[in-house]
Amino acid sequence: MLSPLILISAVLNGLMTGAVYALVALGLTLIYGVLHIINFAHGALLSAALFAAFLAFQKLGLDPYLAAFVLAPAFFAFGYALQRFVIGPASHGDDRNMLLVTLGLAVLIENALLYAFRADTRTVDLAYGFKSIDFGFTFLAVPRLISFAAVFFVALALWLIMVLTDTGKAIRAVAKEKLGAELAGIDVAHIYAMTFGLGTACVAIAACLLIPTYYANPRAGNAFVLVAFTVVVLGGMGSVPGALIGGLVIGVVESLASFYFGESLGQVGIFLIFIAVLMVRPRGLFGASA
Amino acid sequence: MSEQKIPFSRRRLLATTALGAAAAASGSFATPSFVRAQGTGVKLGLLHPVTGALSYSGQQGRIGATMAVDEINAAGGIKALGGAKIDPVLGDAQSTPDGGTAEVEKMNSAEVSCIVGGYASSICLAVSQAAARYDLPYVVDVGVADSIVTRGLKNTFRFSPGFGVIAKAALDNLTTINDQAGKPAKTVIIVHEDSLFGSGLAKLLNAQLPPKGFEILETIPHPTPTRDFANVVLKIKAQNPDLVIPANYYNEYVLLARTMQEQHVRPKGIYSVLGGAASSYKFVKDFPDAARYIMDCNHWFNPKSAKALELKKKIEDKGQFFTYELYLNYSAVLLVADALEHAASTDRAKLTAALENSTFASPIMPYGPTKFVNGQNQGAAPVSTQVLDNDIKAILPPEFAIAKAVFPMPA
Repeated sequence: MLSPLILISAVLNGLMTGAVYALVALGLTLIYGVLHIINFAHGALLSAALFAAFLAFQKLGLDPYLAAFVLAPAFFAFGYALQRFVIGPASHGDDRNMLLVTLGLAVLIENALLYAFRADTRTVDLAYGFKSIDFGFTFLAVPRLISFAAVFFVALALWLIMVLTDTGKAIRAVAKEKLGAELAGIDVAHIYAMTFGLGTACVAIAACLLIPTYYANPRAGNAFVLVAFTVVVLGGMGSVPGALIGGLVIGVVESLASFYFGESLGQVGIFLIFIAVLMVRPRGLFGASA
Repeated sequence: MSEQKIPFSRRRLLATTALGAAAAASGSFATPSFVRAQGTGVKLGLLHPVTGALSYSGQQGRIGATMAVDEINAAGGIKALGGAKIDPVLGDAQSTPDGGTAEVEKMNSAEVSCIVGGYASSICLAVSQAAARYDLPYVVDVGVADSIVTRGLKNTFRFSPGFGVIAKAALDNLTTINDQAGKPAKTVIIVHEDSLFGSGLAKLLNAQLPPKGFEILETIPHPTPTRDFANVVLKIKAQNPDLVIPANYYNEYVLLARTMQEQHVRPKGIYSVLGGAASSYKFVKDFPDAARYIMDCNHWFNPKSAKALELKKKIEDKGQFFTYELYLNYSAVLLVADALEHAASTDRAKLTAALENSTFASPIMPYGPTKFVNGQNQGAAPVSTQVLDNDIKAILPPEFAIAKAVFPMPA
């Protein structure tokens, strides 16, 4: 019953889904790599971004893919302000406090969304939402192909920012040696906030890529973030290529596992890999040695 | 010496991630809410899961219940009690059985005469037991698990049909529709969510469909939430069944239907039993193409009742969707108000007796006069519907049908 063509289709589906995991993980890994905090608000921010993309379409008639160009800077500013004026000051330089502050923010954002939009599920209906390209043996949805390509573009852009710009260099310097960077005249609070902003912008783009085929509700983001944590560990914390490859690998593993063992067990494949990586190569595929 | 913060170990990432996941799963983020209106009327507990995973349904239920209360009060309150107003005591079950039980305690100390609500079967089971301890009458709004009314609790009444009745009607209606069309459907794939509701239904279908001449090609379980149905649809496509029977909640139902459309999978029919989105006006409005011709057997209002259509219009004018949570709760509150009139008392025992002997006929639901046997309304029955002309129309039973089933669905 299972011809090789179906298997290829399953792998392709996995790659498409994995690309979105990768984008969510990119934001997470960046924030972890520099700030050394696990951003629990990431899922809530993704939910918020999904609603923002939904509203941009509903109220302004803005196509989600165009909205990405507006929402990414807006969420960058939001993330920057959040770290600079809320998380930073509230945590008094202690990592554990940061963790709790982001957890608190997650609760706050989720409930604010619940209050503003109720628990209702919102979707957008786009002319191309159901378009798919016939490859002879399978149909690939156009929005998913677009998001697949966009993720690579975003990853490349992020990598270039990190390698070529002064800000990128400063981010890497702070990640490696905070005190040294501070002594060299780098404004650490600013760089922290820049990093958080970049991570949040990734989430905004992910939301714009998701909304044509997915839905917005106050808890929608959570479904992606637990997987993104796994991607971050697999790819190596703080590594951009790691998050990208990790996301794709996890997507394919989940797809194949769910295909062979049933959807209910699809996640088992992910977490088996997670455990295996922690045992064999705890710093992840691309992680720097601790 | 560097003062650089030591990065979190992976172990700590694991521990904290697990902590966050556990906290999220337990629903402890939900804000508790317990609002008590002041007054000297008849206190009626309205208990719904308005926060947490079930919050959409819970909020819809609360809208229906409070609307009925407002209408009764506006029409002069309970006449047998000298026009006493109904004083709603709102409670939030927070989408968990424990949350429901806690609210029962609070409502009992607030001296309510009766509780309406629950929504999910698991919450209804817990609430009915907690309320039984105080001999507090409890009217289930939706919860379909048969065990809710088979445990011999004297205080528990269910106005709407239970799972067994719905499943039997659904299968009979499916057979009728298939027979009338010349039996085009022979093979079936069931796609179900893997908790009590979906698994229970899948088990029942697996036992009862083969004797009726259907061959089940595969039964595909999936968790809630599921982000992606591409692989499920691949499996459906590979086996090309005549019928697809989905048993899952709203979001997953919509994603599945959308993915089937995207992958050009068109079986002869999509038929649901208590389908999450199959008879949802929201789904039809948002995705008319994906929803077209989908059939469902579910709680449904009487489409031939002028009162029901009037209520529907009133709700839609407010920008809300006319969902079954809403009109079942509306009807349940009317049932309690009717019992209060007959009991002419707010005493719990007298109200329970009045409910036991109730002959109330809801103007909204296709149930006929109420007759409770062991707490279950005997007239309660589901309706089969189909999405036709961008609307949802009743197709069976014949006395409530306003359209004929279109089956097999046109290519």
